Amino acid sequence: MEIKVLKDILGANEQIAGKNRELLEKNKVFCVNIMASPGAGKTSFVLQTIRVLKGNVRIGVIEGDISSSIDAETVAEEGVPVVQINTGGECHLEAVQIQNALNNLPLKDIDLLLIENVGNLVCPAEFNLGEHLKILIASVPEGDDKPFKYPLMFTTVDGLVLNKIDLLPYVKFNADAFTKTVKNINAKAEIFRVSCTTGDGVPEWAKWLKTRMKS
Amino acid sequence: MHELAITQSMFDIVLRQAEQAQAKKVTKINLVIGEMTGVVGESVQFYLDFLTRGTVAEGAVVSLTMMPPKAQCCNCKQTFELREFDWGCPKCKSNSVEIIAGKELFVESIEVT
Repeated sequence: MEIKVLKDILGANEQIAGKNRELLEKNKVFCVNIMASPGAGKTSFVLQTIRVLKGNVRIGVIEGDISSSIDAETVAEEGVPVVQINTGGECHLEAVQIQNALNNLPLKDIDLLLIENVGNLVCPAEFNLGEHLKILIASVPEGDDKPFKYPLMFTTVDGLVLNKIDLLPYVKFNADAFTKTVKNINAKAEIFRVSCTTGDGVPEWAKWLKTRMKS
Repeated sequence: MHELAITQSMFDIVLRQAEQAQAKKVTKINLVIGEMTGVVGESVQFYLDFLTRGTVAEGAVVSLTMMPPKAQCCNCKQTFELREFDWGCPKCKSNSVEIIAGKELFVESIEVT
């Protein structure tokens, strides 16, 4: 006998993501899920964002890694509340892990929560966490063909940060072609050209983020 | 690696449905998976064999219907399958397209005795 099911496999994750979203909104916390491949500059980007916004936005951070607390320690030096999640082998963060992390953060004292996902361009695209914005960081040395190789990720995000633009003179990377490809497959994505080393482009990103937080 | 998490969620859905139908055994699980999700069928079967041990779904076979990525042209509304490294509209050559299929991930049905 065949039984029709027609159920979304990730429905359970979606449900918890919805609860996370409710909790965040109850506490007036705006949440950003930052995704990228390993080494694209997620932690540097989090640090730069904190440095630019500190003073007028109260920030909290959730660090997702397969193992170690190196990133959480680096971020904690900026004087913001941070929770480290070690996934122990899983290649992405899931809503239930964020649910636990939210219980360990002073949500009443946070306006902006940055979640640094596990470095991976495949799996994190599948799992909603309850965030308001999904941001992808692509970096110049990774090559300009990545939108074709990881289409789900590139079509899922609200914003795309092209990091390490200070390396453009040394790397074969066509930034205009890259931007055009991304826009073609994801018209809604806002694109920022940034260098976390020099700080270029970070204020533009921060300005946009603040507008999104108000809307 | 995300196949483990996906298989676990799928297994939860299957067990609940089997319980509701008071099934003795689940013989087949029919999944619909979009090619863009990057889910690997062999991995799903591997994890399922592990997770279902000692349950009504032990020995169940996973059958996958893969959905190729499809897009619709934002300009002329033509729908077409996406080809690797070329996402332009084959009709009007516009490069502005919207993905309309290829992200599916659901349990379509289960076969039980």
